[in-house]
Amino acid sequence: MGDYLVLAFSCVLINNILLAQYLGNCPFLGTSKKMETAVGMAFAVVFVLVMAGLITWVINTLVLVKFNLAYLRTIAFILVIASLVQFVEMFLKKSIPALYAGLGIFLPLITTNCAVMGVCLINVNEEYTFLQALVSSFAYAVGFGLALILFAGVRERILLARVPRPLQDTSIALVTAGILSLTFFAFRGWV
Amino acid sequence: MIEAVMVMLGVGATCGAALSLASKIFYVYEDPRIAEVEGLLAGANCGGCGYPGCAGAAAAVVAGGAPPGVCVVADMETAVAVAGVMGIDPGTMEPFLSLNTCDGGNRAEDRFEYMGVNTCQALSALYGGKRECRVGCLGLGDCIRSCKFDAIHMGEDGYPVADETKCVGCGACEKACPKSILTVRTMSQRLLHFNQQDNALAPCQQTCPAEIDIPTYIDCIRRGDYEGAVDTIRERNPLLLTCGRVCPHPCEDYCRRGLAEEPVSINQLKRFVADYEMNSGSRLPIPCAPDTGKKIAVVGGGPAGLTCAYFLRRLGHGVTIFDMMPKLGGMVRYGIPEYRLPKKVLEWEIEGILDLGIDHRPNVKLGADFDIQSLKDEGFDAIFLGVGAWKDYSLRAEGEDLKGCFTGIDFLTRFAVDQQSAEPARDIPIGRKCIVIGGGNTAIDCVRTLVRLGAEEVSIVYRRTRKEMPANEVEIVAAEHEGVQFHFLAAPTRIIGDDQGQATHLEYQKMELGEPDASGRRRPVPIEGSETLMETDMVITAIGQGPDVSFISENSDISSLGVTRWNTIDGDPETLQSNIPYIFAAGDAYTGASLVVEAIGGGRRAARAIHLYLAEEDVVPVPKSLRKKHIPESLFERVEGLRPSKRAVMPELPVKERIQGFEEADLVLAEKDALAEASRCLNCCRLCYNPDLQISSEQPAEESA
Repeated sequence: MGDYLVLAFSCVLINNILLAQYLGNCPFLGTSKKMETAVGMAFAVVFVLVMAGLITWVINTLVLVKFNLAYLRTIAFILVIASLVQFVEMFLKKSIPALYAGLGIFLPLITTNCAVMGVCLINVNEEYTFLQALVSSFAYAVGFGLALILFAGVRERILLARVPRPLQDTSIALVTAGILSLTFFAFRGWV
Repeated sequence: MIEAVMVMLGVGATCGAALSLASKIFYVYEDPRIAEVEGLLAGANCGGCGYPGCAGAAAAVVAGGAPPGVCVVADMETAVAVAGVMGIDPGTMEPFLSLNTCDGGNRAEDRFEYMGVNTCQALSALYGGKRECRVGCLGLGDCIRSCKFDAIHMGEDGYPVADETKCVGCGACEKACPKSILTVRTMSQRLLHFNQQDNALAPCQQTCPAEIDIPTYIDCIRRGDYEGAVDTIRERNPLLLTCGRVCPHPCEDYCRRGLAEEPVSINQLKRFVADYEMNSGSRLPIPCAPDTGKKIAVVGGGPAGLTCAYFLRRLGHGVTIFDMMPKLGGMVRYGIPEYRLPKKVLEWEIEGILDLGIDHRPNVKLGADFDIQSLKDEGFDAIFLGVGAWKDYSLRAEGEDLKGCFTGIDFLTRFAVDQQSAEPARDIPIGRKCIVIGGGNTAIDCVRTLVRLGAEEVSIVYRRTRKEMPANEVEIVAAEHEGVQFHFLAAPTRIIGDDQGQATHLEYQKMELGEPDASGRRRPVPIEGSETLMETDMVITAIGQGPDVSFISENSDISSLGVTRWNTIDGDPETLQSNIPYIFAAGDAYTGASLVVEAIGGGRRAARAIHLYLAEEDVVPVPKSLRKKHIPESLFERVEGLRPSKRAVMPELPVKERIQGFEEADLVLAEKDALAEASRCLNCCRLCYNPDLQISSEQPAEESA
């Protein structure tokens, strides 16, 4: 049990997928202008990442490793994740229309989210067990959401601050992201 | 290698199969029209319409959330094709246009210095903006940046101006504006807007029964844009020449300048721009929405009927006015004498309304020459009743039918018909010593008419005192100037005649004021044994009037039409819809004898309800309606820091000259006086006045108030 907690802690904070591993930066900058969209994106990622992490683990273990075709991982995972997102979208639309309406346009955006792909590959590279893959996928997604929501809050405040003209908008956002990333470095060495 | 290809093919095939299977299992019925509409849209996924891509726009169109012309890239043909798919008549389509309700005016004070990002959104996040006024435009141009069509630019005064020719009505500016100042509305939506509790409304605009945007039109005058002022008034009131002359301007009672000194002369300014248009020699164009093919019968061509017809016509409906008199105008034409409202002026005003394409059938009376059933047979979709209040109340005193006795409306109408006929017969015998009973505007109109007809001695007999007279103050003063004698606290008891049946004396009883009654006025109590005789040879009773609703009993199919105990037509106060859904009523027929401007407000309100009824929507009250109410926090107890300035004095003909004939007695303001008067307006609610804020003495108050 303790091992899983340590794993989760390290995935959320120490190896934060956005701020420590620099994956998934497009939605990080794209959907962080407003708190509302940031929250929507965060939940959509949690949902998809857990699903994708598990499915790709199964594919990897049952198909790729068995046939000694590990070098096909990247292309196979892309195919699987894209299909999965489509599938989830259809499933939600039919079965849980309320959730579908809530996640809305964020679901298709995740097709191109490299954080999802990245976590799937990490799970495999680290040779996690099924349960570990489940925990790490969920924790990475929570870390993604945490960073995104923090960042959106900061950006909403930045709107009110005095910013020199050349640094306005995306420039100041990148600077802020850097500083936020540095603060997460403080967790290094805890585990 | 072969293994790899096989595995990839396998994974791909499995995914494909799973997806196609899923699309069958998780199939959700989607309106096939969505795909059809999407096929017609431009397919550029530009987002200009504000929906996520063309698919989103198509879904919104089918759901009814967006109009057929939603696509900002496509042309009119596409919109018509989309309307075809949706089964909507493309004829009812009207373009959406961006409208800036804040025109800056005098800028409100800054509350703090702002050094942040130059966007309105950021600025408004700080306590609603840096200006004292929380309503007005922030002027940082978020709307200009949001417009993909270059249709908004920053005007000279630092507020955005929309270019109607470039605006496609996409709504981007409305979304970008954090202050809800830029609104994207069709003309019809603008015409049908009523005051709401959360609107930024000056006290005068809240008070005006027609809800005219008074600060805006006065600001237009200040800037010399007289045409803009006329257009602003016409969005609420088509009878500006008439109102500019006869309106008792309840708005001025709530003028904030009036709290400290004399109120702004709002109505004279209205008359100034109205006369400006008339004297300019050309009419300003009045745009109308495309034809809808619906027909409405407006019964009664008075102010309520004309207003209702005007707005319905502008909304694209076909309107026919039925009127019992030879010419339109109703009580405005036949009740208000020539010297207050010259007929040539009224003629010009009504002509402008009829020119919009409104039919007029004169000399037909409801109940006698046609009835509700015949209107329905003719194919009218809705009926508006604005039949007015033409029936004089009787005195119920002995001798009322003697020779020389008249009733007020009857006298004024007979005289006006004769005066306006091609060859006036002048066959109404005018007495030497005339008495008019009553204290309302009708009574004053009667005495001032009699003075002009050469009566030697004209008196008013009224049972209360001058303070309680319901007539307009200016009218009473004018009558006093013209030599009318007033007998207050005198209640007529009977009229005495001679052998030939000619009235010779009026007997009245003296009164004294007692306890206040339900209307808050002190009730007159008769003094026993105080009967007095007054010599006379002509008595006019003008003690009030009510609607003539005899057509209801004569007409079996609408015998169920609700009537109040005051003989007015009953209906919902917000929608003016009667208990028969296709019949609407406004004006004096609904309110009982009241102001012209009240009838105009009612006519527009009825037009809104009829428009909803014809569109087969629910005829619902105006949301958050402010009808006959005020926004409490907008009413101040005092306004300080004003530099006193003189209210413009109305120019009028000298008394000697004006009582010789029926020439207009009140004259229009000179341009320089009008401009000076317009600059007295505090422009309330377009910049905010903070009563708690100390205004320093070296600052001119007008700029901070």
